Amino acid sequence: MKKPDTVRPGAAAHLPADRQPPMVRAENVRKRFGPLEVLKGVDLEVRRGEVVCLIGPSGSGKSTFLRCINHLETLDGGRIWVGGQVVGYQRRGSKLHELGDREICRQRTEIGMVFQHFNLFPHMTVLQNLIEAPLRALKEPKAEATERALALLEQVGLGDKASAYPRHLSGGQQQRVAIARALCMRPKLMLFDEPTSALDPELVGDVLTVMRDLAASGMTMIVVTHEMGFARDIADRVVFFEAGQAVEVGPAKQVITEPRHARTKAFLAAVR
Amino acid sequence: MTGFTARPEGRPAHDAEPSGTPRGTGGTAGRPGPADSGPADELTVVPKRHPGRWVTAIALLIVAAATLHSVFTNPRFGWDVVNTYLRDVSIGRGLLVTLELTAVCMAIGIVLGVVLAVMRLSANPVVRSAAFLYVSFFRGTPVLVQLLFWYNLAALYPQLTFGLPGVSLDANRLITPMLAALLGLGLNEAAYMSEIVRAGVQSVDHGQGEAAGALGLTKMQTMRRVILPQAMRVIIPPTGNETIGMLKTTALVSVLAVPDLLYSAQILYARNFQTIPLLIVASIWYLTVTTVLTIGQFYVERRFSRGNRTVAPTPLQQFRQLLRTHTPSATGRTPE
Ligand SMILES: Nc1ncnc2c1ncn2[C@@H]1O[C@H](COP(=O)(O)OP(=O)(O)OP(=O)(O)O)[C@@H](O)[C@H]1O
Ligand SMILES: [Mg+2]
Repeated sequence: MKKPDTVRPGAAAHLPADRQPPMVRAENVRKRFGPLEVLKGVDLEVRRGEVVCLIGPSGSGKSTFLRCINHLETLDGGRIWVGGQVVGYQRRGSKLHELGDREICRQRTEIGMVFQHFNLFPHMTVLQNLIEAPLRALKEPKAEATERALALLEQVGLGDKASAYPRHLSGGQQQRVAIARALCMRPKLMLFDEPTSALDPELVGDVLTVMRDLAASGMTMIVVTHEMGFARDIADRVVFFEAGQAVEVGPAKQVITEPRHARTKAFLAAVR
Repeated sequence: MTGFTARPEGRPAHDAEPSGTPRGTGGTAGRPGPADSGPADELTVVPKRHPGRWVTAIALLIVAAATLHSVFTNPRFGWDVVNTYLRDVSIGRGLLVTLELTAVCMAIGIVLGVVLAVMRLSANPVVRSAAFLYVSFFRGTPVLVQLLFWYNLAALYPQLTFGLPGVSLDANRLITPMLAALLGLGLNEAAYMSEIVRAGVQSVDHGQGEAAGALGLTKMQTMRRVILPQAMRVIIPPTGNETIGMLKTTALVSVLAVPDLLYSAQILYARNFQTIPLLIVASIWYLTVTTVLTIGQFYVERRFSRGNRTVAPTPLQQFRQLLRTHTPSATGRTPE
């Protein structure tokens, strides 16, 4: 598959696919909110170009884990590498020190994130939403960023909405803008947190189509979702979360159609 | 690029709300529709009568007429003196000083207020407490007392060194009445503005900062480009009130003998004993400026609520609506 032009050239691009380090490696990730232990040692590897769906009951820690990957949450234990680099921390001796704001921001420019509630900037037009971060965080020339933004809007089927304000768009359109906004940074990894949960059922399809196209273009994606059909068709692997642990990890079809774990079975039976 | 190609926009826009439709406001919106009783053009819509409005209007007119009569027939108001001094040069200069004080003090208040608000929302507990102490101190003591403190700073520190070697300034000469006034009112205003800005920042959805951070914008960029512009809608109206309040509060500086509008009037009536007419002159000017500021505030607020679905109609639009009151759509708010 041809490398998509939405991805900035990575450091290890010259290596053959099987020799490259994983895009994401999480090792014994722990997180607590006060007394509540939300992640109890999560391990996961995601290869380049792979699509991994996270499923599981509410409150099991899926969002928290996803937010740890781009350091929106700090860790209480373990480490996460993205593209071979530890996210959010720097090792000095036997200790991990949290990085400064600037350094964390630089790491985040390579990781796109799409939220359940879109979180578009309401005071900016669609085009301004897309080019804001390329201009400010990557210091790109405006013409260049604008050109790429318009092409991306075309790709998500919103070529005519560049000058609209977010509130004039339907939920499905807003979420596609949010995806385009993340892609405009040319990330090497995309995180999705229930991207279709806040949408009216008839608007879900458009967003899933965009995500399908993106997966087909070779983007590495981690998707928290309740759309089992989407997970089965698109994901390479599915991770079932429960009570802060990755209980079952396996090929998408296998986990969803014939889960091994009793808890996975119970969850899937309940959501069907 | 494979597979990830353009698709035509399939669905008609979900947002195409018909503009100008009344959205459940006003007295006519809940009226039975034409569907209940046949085609609309056969029936005349009669708006609700409001006899109470006429009664109150007439009562108020009578009171107003009586008041005006007494005001203009009582010679002690000295309207001819008022008329003379309204355009007096020293009153004009006083007005300029008042305007200058208002503008500079509000500028100090807003800039320092934003800094203090950001400090109070900081993750650093030392910075947070420092801002908290500042706000408590300046809000907790009367501004008149603060003004007098600044004015009398020389009594506390005759020589100002700012802790720097070789620097030694005579406080009595440095702290002019005008500087004392600017410091006193500006630093005090900052405490109030910081609370206003903080409320504005906290009104912005948490997801906005997260989305900006996830895109790789630094905390400063996020605050400047994403949070503050959205906080403006909440910050602007009370800031307008603060500005109008400041205009009137500047009258306090007359105790420091700063020649503002009030003090200029006082100097004049100390000489010619036309106390009441000169206070009226000052009041007329205060009222004129606050009126102008109120009108400005209305239009600034309108501008910053562009993100809203409903924007208050301008007086002209309201007047046009009043003329159209007999049509049911007149109660609909102006969209956009
Ligand atoms: N900032 C926070 N402070 C305190 N507790 C939190 C915070 N964020 C999440 N939690 C708690 O952590 C737990 C896991 O939350 P998380 O959002 O990761 O679950 P989830 O698997 O994404 O669930 P859902 O499917 O409902 O989105 C929940 O019990 C939640 O209440
Ligand atoms: Mg969640």
